[in-house]
Amino acid sequence: MIDIENVSLAYAGRGGPVLAVEGLNLAVAKGEFAAVVGPSGCGKSTLMKLVTGLVRPTTGAVRVNGAAVSGPVKIAGMAFQNANMLPWRTVADNLLLPLEIVEPYRSQFRSRKAEYKARVEDLLATVGLGGFGHRFPWELSGGMQQRASLCRALIHEPSLLMLDEPFAALDAFTREELWCVLRDIWERLRFTVVLVTHDLREAAFLADRVHVMSARPGRIIETRDVSFPRPRDLDVCYDKAFTDIVRDLRDKIAEVRKA
Amino acid sequence: MTDKLEKLAPWLFVVALFAIWEAACRIFSVPNIILPAPSAVWAAMVRFWWPLLTNSFVTLWTTTAGFLMAVGFGLLLGLVVGWSRTIYRGLYPVMIGFNSIPKVAVVPILVMWFGIGEIPAILTAFLISFFPIVVNVATGLATIEPELEDVLRALGASKLDVMRKVGIPRAMPYFFGSLKVAITLAFVGAVVSETIAANRGLGHLMTQAGSNFQMPLVFAGLIVLAIEGIAMYAVTAWLEQRMTGWAFRSQGSAGG
Repeated sequence: MIDIENVSLAYAGRGGPVLAVEGLNLAVAKGEFAAVVGPSGCGKSTLMKLVTGLVRPTTGAVRVNGAAVSGPVKIAGMAFQNANMLPWRTVADNLLLPLEIVEPYRSQFRSRKAEYKARVEDLLATVGLGGFGHRFPWELSGGMQQRASLCRALIHEPSLLMLDEPFAALDAFTREELWCVLRDIWERLRFTVVLVTHDLREAAFLADRVHVMSARPGRIIETRDVSFPRPRDLDVCYDKAFTDIVRDLRDKIAEVRKA
Repeated sequence: MTDKLEKLAPWLFVVALFAIWEAACRIFSVPNIILPAPSAVWAAMVRFWWPLLTNSFVTLWTTTAGFLMAVGFGLLLGLVVGWSRTIYRGLYPVMIGFNSIPKVAVVPILVMWFGIGEIPAILTAFLISFFPIVVNVATGLATIEPELEDVLRALGASKLDVMRKVGIPRAMPYFFGSLKVAITLAFVGAVVSETIAANRGLGHLMTQAGSNFQMPLVFAGLIVLAIEGIAMYAVTAWLEQRMTGWAFRSQGSAGG
């Protein structure tokens, strides 16, 4: 699904070019749940932009779905730490936004609007927001907004979901609740996920595979398979094997931070 | 009780202001030619109600015409400026330079071009009031959350899509907010121009009255100006509330 080969990306900084990533290699299989963890400023957001085609690599190649990325990939849904809902639209209308933009929905938007609206309601119901479609985003709590944001990323049924610290701004309980929401929806639809996060437990709980990124210029320095059986329950977080993985990842990151 | 008092407070203050004014004029027996008492102003308003009314309509029309031109032009230029960083960079210094010219200095030029009358007043109102609209609309467009833009661009949205779906709705509270400033400025522009060179309008009426030493009428003109200004401000403020209520309600919410 995603194939990043020996990619580097430089952008113009104050004192000349700055390398965001260098020698970056990453492969994510179709339907895989991949997590990328690393110290802050390691170029994780650059990775997001590279994969979605928002920036081009300076050297190396990025391939998504077998084709070299040369522009916005259009098959990806994205969600960020900030829910970024449009305050002048209702939750349902916010979710319709991607359908107003991406093909083939765009050209059929007027004629099939009723169908799309029903689809929005269904999706909202699966994340526990049934009946909230007519509300405005600012009437919702942070956790509910983030659920809606997740829905917006998924409404056009993308084969790839890119998440950039989507739960970082939530309290611990809401965060765990949303892990389960994401887990359930992924179990059902099995899209490919790249989850960028600071939270090692989050990475280990959700992902099939956790990649550790080095400090800037970022590259993958360690890959860990997480092979707990699915569907996983939150209790798995208290397994010895689970805490061992988290500790290993933590040590690894502490190492990179020092280097 | 306190709620009622709060609602009444503006009126009480206005009444108190006039009462103190009247009392001061009587106690210190200030001559009408220096500062006419409210009663004298009122008498002038009653006596000259017709010229006051017709001239205030002229001022209202020049202000509105100039303001509407500013809205159209300001909105358009704001969209253009907010659209691209290059245009923003290129045009901004020019606009700042233009805006820092006191518009009184432009009136004689306008009079040379268009003669004495309503057109210089309209143009002055326009020139003085379009700037805040441009700046506000451009700011609204330029401050789109980059992540939201990423979400849309990753879906293949064009710049036009981003503007239509996000930029323009997002700039609307800025736009309507700027109208309150613009209408006040347009009013100032129109009256300034009328004061310098016009044969109708409140500004003209007051200059005439002043040169005839009819101070009560000058003050009557001032009061009519104040009323007209408040009314126009109120209309734009109401419009702002009406059109972009979401921007007011969303304040204080977590993610709004």
